[in-house]
Amino acid sequence: METYSFLRQLADSWGLLAMCVFFAGVVIWALLPGSRKGQEDAANIPFRHDDRPAPADRREP
Amino acid sequence: MHNYLKLIVLGVIAIFAAVAANFARDVAYLVNALTIMLAAAITFVIVLRNTDEPIRPIDETRYMDGVIRYGVIATAFWGVVGFLAGTFIAAQLAFPALNFDWSEGYMNFGRLRPLHTSAVIFAFGGNALIATSFYVVQRTSAARLWGGNLAWFVFWGYQLVIVLAATGYVLGATHGKEYAEPEWYVDWLLTVVWLAYLAVFVGTIVKRKEPHIYVANWFYLSFIITVAMLHVFNNLAIPVSIWGSKSVQVFSGVQDAMVQWWYGHNAVGFFLTAGFLGMMYYFIPKQAERPVFSYKLSIIHFWALIFIYIWAGPHHLHYTALPDWASTLGMVFSIILWMPSWGGMINGLMTLSGAWDKLRTDPVIRMMVISVGFYGMSTFEGPMMSIRAVNSLSHYTDWTIGHVHSGALGWNGMITFGALYYLVPKLWNRDRLYSLGLVSWHFWLATIGIVFYAAAMWVTGIMEGLMWREVDANGFLVNSFADTVAAKFPMYVVRAIGGLMYVAGALIMCYNLWMTARRSPAVEASAAVAHATPAE
Repeated sequence: METYSFLRQLADSWGLLAMCVFFAGVVIWALLPGSRKGQEDAANIPFRHDDRPAPADRREP
Repeated sequence: MHNYLKLIVLGVIAIFAAVAANFARDVAYLVNALTIMLAAAITFVIVLRNTDEPIRPIDETRYMDGVIRYGVIATAFWGVVGFLAGTFIAAQLAFPALNFDWSEGYMNFGRLRPLHTSAVIFAFGGNALIATSFYVVQRTSAARLWGGNLAWFVFWGYQLVIVLAATGYVLGATHGKEYAEPEWYVDWLLTVVWLAYLAVFVGTIVKRKEPHIYVANWFYLSFIITVAMLHVFNNLAIPVSIWGSKSVQVFSGVQDAMVQWWYGHNAVGFFLTAGFLGMMYYFIPKQAERPVFSYKLSIIHFWALIFIYIWAGPHHLHYTALPDWASTLGMVFSIILWMPSWGGMINGLMTLSGAWDKLRTDPVIRMMVISVGFYGMSTFEGPMMSIRAVNSLSHYTDWTIGHVHSGALGWNGMITFGALYYLVPKLWNRDRLYSLGLVSWHFWLATIGIVFYAAAMWVTGIMEGLMWREVDANGFLVNSFADTVAAKFPMYVVRAIGGLMYVAGALIMCYNLWMTARRSPAVEASAAVAHATPAE
C-alpha cells in the first residue's frame, strides 16, 4: 500500500480511536470526584511562592 | 574552560558572517550578515571580559528576574514599534501618497505590512510570552529558572531574530509565506533559540517544588512545543546559495498551501491563543486575588483546545485546489472549537465571581476582563467566518482584517497590557503603579480604538464582499475592483484613527510603567526583606 493510503486509513481508524479514547479519559479523569482535592491544591499554586523559591531540600506535599 | 569554547564559537560565527557579507549576493543578506557579525563580536567581547573572573554561584533561593525585566521593556518597546508601523500602513491604505517616491521599494505598503505583522505578533507578543512564561513558571514551580544564563541567550537570541527579520523585510528578503516571512538563516537561528527556550522552560518544570504542574504551564508548554513543530515544517526550504537570502520551498502547490495554513492557523491557535491563555490563567487569578473559577474546566479546556485547534487550518483554503473533504474538516473543527474557547472565556470571567466590585476600582482587572471579552467575541466570529457560505462573502475582504484585529488588539494586546501593569511593580519592587488614572486613560483609548477599527472593517468588509459579487440583470459584474477601493475610503480613515488611539494608549502605558519604575514608592522596608529582588 502506498504511504498516503496507509496513513489516511490509519488516521481514520486507530488514530482517531486512540485520540478519542485519550480525550475521553482525560475528561473522565478531570471529573472524577476523587480528583477534587488535588485540583483545589493546584488552583492555589499561584498564591504560595510569590517572592522566592521553596527551600531546596523539600518537595511540598 | 566553558568560556573558551564560547569564545571559539563566537569568533568562528563572527568571521563566517564577515566572509558571508563579503560574498553576499543581495542587500538583505549583506545587512543581515553584518548584523550577525556585530552581534557575535559584541557577545565575544562580553564573554572575554568575564573569562577567568571568579564564577558567582547561582543563588537557588532567588528567582531569576533580570531577564524578565528586560523582557518587559522589550515587550513595551516592540509593541509601540509594531503599533506605529500598523497605523502608518493603515494611513498608507487611506492616503496612497504616503507610499513616498523616495522610499519606494523599502517603505511601501508591501514591504511594511509583514514588518507590522511580525512586529506585533512575534516581537510584541513573543517577548510578552517569553517574559511572562519565565515569570509564571518560576512562581508556580517554586523554583529558579533552569539553565543559568541560557534564559539570557533566549532573550537576546530572540531580539536578534527580530532585528534580522525586520531589516530583511524592508530590504526585500522574504519567504513569501504569511507570518513565516523570514528567510532560511533566520529560521535556523530561531529554531536554535526556540529549542533553548524549550529547554529552560522544561528544565524549570522538572525541578519544580510543587507536586502539580499549574495549568498555565500546560498552556505555555503546548505553545512552545507546537510552535517549534509548526515552524520547522512550514520553513522546510533549501537555500539557493549559502551566500544569499533566497531559498526554495520543499513543498509545492496545494501541499505547500495546506502546510502554510496548518502553520498559519496554529500560529493563531498556539502562539496567540494557548500561550496567552497561559497568561490569563495566572494573571487574572493573581490580580483578582482568588483562584481560577474551575480547575476541572481548565483541564478540559486545555485538552479540548489542543485536540481541536490543530485541525482547523484548512478553513483558510475554501474554494481552492484543496479537496473539499479537507476544507470541510477544517470548517467542522473550527465550529467545534467554539466550545472550548467559550469554556475558557467563562472560566476566566467567572474567576471574578464574588469580586465583581474590583471592576469598578481596579482598571487593570478591567483591562484583563475586556481582553477575555474580546477573546470570546473573536472566537465566536472566527468559527462563523470559517463556514463555507460565510467565507465566500468574507474571504479576501477587510472583514478578515477586522476579525484578526479584534483578536490581536483586544485579546492579545489587552491581556498583555494587564500583565505588564501587574509585573512592573512586582519586578521593580514597587508598592503600586504610578497612576491608576493613566491606566484608565489607556483602557478607554484602546477600547474605543478597537471598536473604531473593528466596526470600520465590518462595514467595509461586508460592503466589499457584496460589491464584488453584485451582478446586473444580464449577469455582468457591476463593480470594478477600483470601485470597491474608492468606496472604502471613509472606513479606512476611521480605521487609521482607531489605530492612532490604540498607539496613544500604548504610549501612555509606557510613560506610566517608566514612572512606576522610577517614582513609585518602594515596597516598605519590613515587607521588602521578604520581597527584595537583587539586581542581577
